[in-house]
Amino acid sequence: MALLTQDEARTLLQKVLSFSKADECQVSLNGTIGGNIRYALNSVSTSGSLNQMSLGISSVYGKRLGTTTINEYDDASLEKAVRRSENLARLAPENPEFMPFLGPQDYDTPARTYVAQTAAIDSKLRADLVQQSLQVSRDNKLAAAGFLENSANFYALMNSHGLFAYTTSTAVNFSVTLRTEDGAGSGYAARGYNDISKLDVLAASKTAAWKAARSKGAKALEPGKYTVILEPAAGIVLMENLYGNLDARNADEGRSFLSLPGGKTRLGEKLVDERINIYSDPHNEDLPTYYYNFDGQPQKKTSWIEKGVIKNLFYSRYWAKQKGVPPVPQPDGIIMDGGTAGIEDLVKSTEKGILVTRLWYIRSVDPQTLLYTGLTRDGTFYIENGEIKFPVKNFRFNESPVIMLNNLETLGKPERTISGETGSLALIPPMKIRDFTFTSLSDAV
Amino acid sequence: MAGMGMGGVLLGRVPVLGATSRPRMETPWLDTGIKRQLADVALNAARSKGATYADVRIGRYLNQFIITREDKVLNIVDTESYGMGIRVIANGSWGFAATDKLDKDNIARSAEMAVSIAKENARLQSQPVQLAPQKGYGEVSWKTPIIKNGFDIPIKEKAEMLLAVNDAAMKAGASFIDTALFLVNEQKYFASTDGSYIDQDIHRIWPTFTVTKIDSKTGKFETRDSLGSPMGTGYEYLTPDDSRKIRTVTTLYRDRYDMLEDARLAAVQAGEKLAAKSVEPGKYDLVLDPSNLYLTIHESAGHPSELDRVLGYEANFAGTSFLTLDKWKTKKFNYGSKLVNIVADRTQPGSLGAVGYDDEGVGCKEWDIIKDGVLVNYQAIRDQAHIIGLNESQGCCYSQSWQDVQFQRMANISLRPGPTPLTPNELIKNVEKGIYIVGAGSYSIDQQRYNFQFSGQLFYEIRNGKIAGMLKDVAYQANTQEFWNSCAAVCDQRDYRLGGTFFDGKGQPPQSNAVSHGSATARFNGINVINTARKI
Repeated sequence: MALLTQDEARTLLQKVLSFSKADECQVSLNGTIGGNIRYALNSVSTSGSLNQMSLGISSVYGKRLGTTTINEYDDASLEKAVRRSENLARLAPENPEFMPFLGPQDYDTPARTYVAQTAAIDSKLRADLVQQSLQVSRDNKLAAAGFLENSANFYALMNSHGLFAYTTSTAVNFSVTLRTEDGAGSGYAARGYNDISKLDVLAASKTAAWKAARSKGAKALEPGKYTVILEPAAGIVLMENLYGNLDARNADEGRSFLSLPGGKTRLGEKLVDERINIYSDPHNEDLPTYYYNFDGQPQKKTSWIEKGVIKNLFYSRYWAKQKGVPPVPQPDGIIMDGGTAGIEDLVKSTEKGILVTRLWYIRSVDPQTLLYTGLTRDGTFYIENGEIKFPVKNFRFNESPVIMLNNLETLGKPERTISGETGSLALIPPMKIRDFTFTSLSDAV
Repeated sequence: MAGMGMGGVLLGRVPVLGATSRPRMETPWLDTGIKRQLADVALNAARSKGATYADVRIGRYLNQFIITREDKVLNIVDTESYGMGIRVIANGSWGFAATDKLDKDNIARSAEMAVSIAKENARLQSQPVQLAPQKGYGEVSWKTPIIKNGFDIPIKEKAEMLLAVNDAAMKAGASFIDTALFLVNEQKYFASTDGSYIDQDIHRIWPTFTVTKIDSKTGKFETRDSLGSPMGTGYEYLTPDDSRKIRTVTTLYRDRYDMLEDARLAAVQAGEKLAAKSVEPGKYDLVLDPSNLYLTIHESAGHPSELDRVLGYEANFAGTSFLTLDKWKTKKFNYGSKLVNIVADRTQPGSLGAVGYDDEGVGCKEWDIIKDGVLVNYQAIRDQAHIIGLNESQGCCYSQSWQDVQFQRMANISLRPGPTPLTPNELIKNVEKGIYIVGAGSYSIDQQRYNFQFSGQLFYEIRNGKIAGMLKDVAYQANTQEFWNSCAAVCDQRDYRLGGTFFDGKGQPPQSNAVSHGSATARFNGINVINTARKI
């Protein structure tokens, strides 16, 4: 079974459009072929394969919009789905915010998001890779729980104004948690790539094993403000809540951390330390992403925070029109500049601090200050005089990424990392931060 | 629980979205005889390739959602997804394959794929899968008992209902309101080599909103979310009924929801929140309304009693549990005070988790998890039952769709009401220094379910038995065992209500489970409250 090619997708979408009687119609098709394997207690638990394709149809009469999705592709089902979206549109009240669908767009060359070798991963290779991870856990007398999944995907979009776009991608994601047999130590590693050749399951598992062994016998420290080193896997789960909230409309409407009294916003203002630069670039070789977004807008290289200043916000097509500015789509991948220091270098330069390797269960506490809570997990260590001294019990934190990035000490060398909370990808440096707020202790290991 | 803002056409695998505009003449109920034939193709193919057990789920998942804000309907979406998931045991190992191409050749190929995956994985298996016995039921069926099918209500009527809700909020002073109505219909057919052929028609509904109020002078804003619940009922949930309301300092809803009244109140209360006193941090006696307590039950009682977490199967993502088997074996582990009786129930009418049979063909039931404060049981499925000495599954197996493998998911987990007559207003009269918390807010708990932090929607200071005004910036932090041992009072059955979520997340790849949690208003003494206000 293979993904639909560009020609096959075009032919199918043209057929769907041919059934349309609406003023405007936009159709999209996404398909996935992939598999996964899951293991726990040093043994495989569930695993499976998936082959699915879903068609979305949006029909419009005037400013009335109706949307359906379906995954059956005989002519009768396709026509039924088109009629259903038209019926919904006819019954819908007018939406004054509706924007006509885009016409043909001038897209950049697609980035290298699809790697044939990744698409070719089969159940045997998945099992072989997991065997490497299990060997590490057995050699170190640890209990392994992990997950490996791969997929090949395509996304095609067409509408009655002549827009057509098609792109493909592959992904292979691996994560593992290794725990000591007595449950007193735990370590974690996660990796996510488009290209299977970049995935080193053995090395990732060894990293997790090191953390598990070293985290045993954690001591309790008083909660309070500490200098912390956030490894990229820990930093991303706070950072994604900063750059994920750069929405212009919420800011303009007064309901965002970017809002100021009198309908003003912080766009163009310095919000965080001047060493902070955050941007997106679909063509970055280490983080290639799709060259168009869900409604067909081209994705371009965009600066979001430059020298600590908010440079751009996401503008939907409707809100951009209201404000008389070009629309800015939300990006698929984020890149944060850093320095050259590795984690070891950051530890060496720390007099007293805490190394945080993973954060978990991150939830918004106050959107006005972008305050989030969550906990450390799977390897938290006390640093003194440039050395890791001992593991510490996990903490709950209450902190805002805005406050955190104003308390910046040092940025390390960025690396591709995957969020353990949302699965999003980013290039993020390790960060040394002073006065990070821990509010209570947790007994969890 | 990110229910809002998931419009657009790119639904992909977003779990609870997808649906249809009834009357669904164009998508008739798939004939049970045809489903049985398709299922038998898969079961026979799996057996012929060496499977010692196989089950098949043929699912048609229909959902509808209507998204509005202020005076606009932003989108009306119907989605429909149809396909088959095949799960097998071969060489003692699980294998799974899913397909949306339901011709006989493709079904047979998918069954073969599931068997070949199982055999590939068997070399990594330390012990063969051990399934609790399950008798075949033959051909049976079950339907959610609903009065009004939400899909049968005309789109226009539903959209106008939401716009009226929005209008009420705006007239009452809201700056913004975002509203959504979600309707879910799972049409599930299950067949297994045990001889079961089970047809089920499951319905859920979730009306919800967020009101925002902005103080233009200060630039501050506050929100107030709906106090309605997602429910396992039909559209009748949206028929206001004064006899099913509970009046305290605010208005609360049992199994009928007055969305318009709640939106109007929300606008007023969001304004009151802006002017509210910022909480003084410290120890308080908390009076928790079921609209708040359900989420605390979910996180601190529901999740830690899931047997897969206890055993370590979720260690890599959702986490493990402090309710370890050694604690259960003592039969004395003091989870909470004697008032704490927590029950698992997959049969409770109106609940999100109510079904006739679970997703591995086990008939559903009710059982105790915490009895008089002591841990007595867990939530288990067929391949776990033997580990806790059971000779049958408790019926907790669920998959969010045909394309995901089923595994152990949370049953409805609820706090039984107190045995002696007590209303929320009577309960508040006995509190000297406390906070009455209504509605669910921010929530976070560690991976073994010890340390948690919860917020809410409305916080009222209680001083000497009286409500002394509204507070803001409130969150409570506690350790699960200490929290439940501080439970000093639970109101009676008259106050019992269900809260719930469509988005109970677990597993890799992650899946959503819909689950309810019932309770009456309860009191917890001496809980640590923090102040969450910051400046940026």
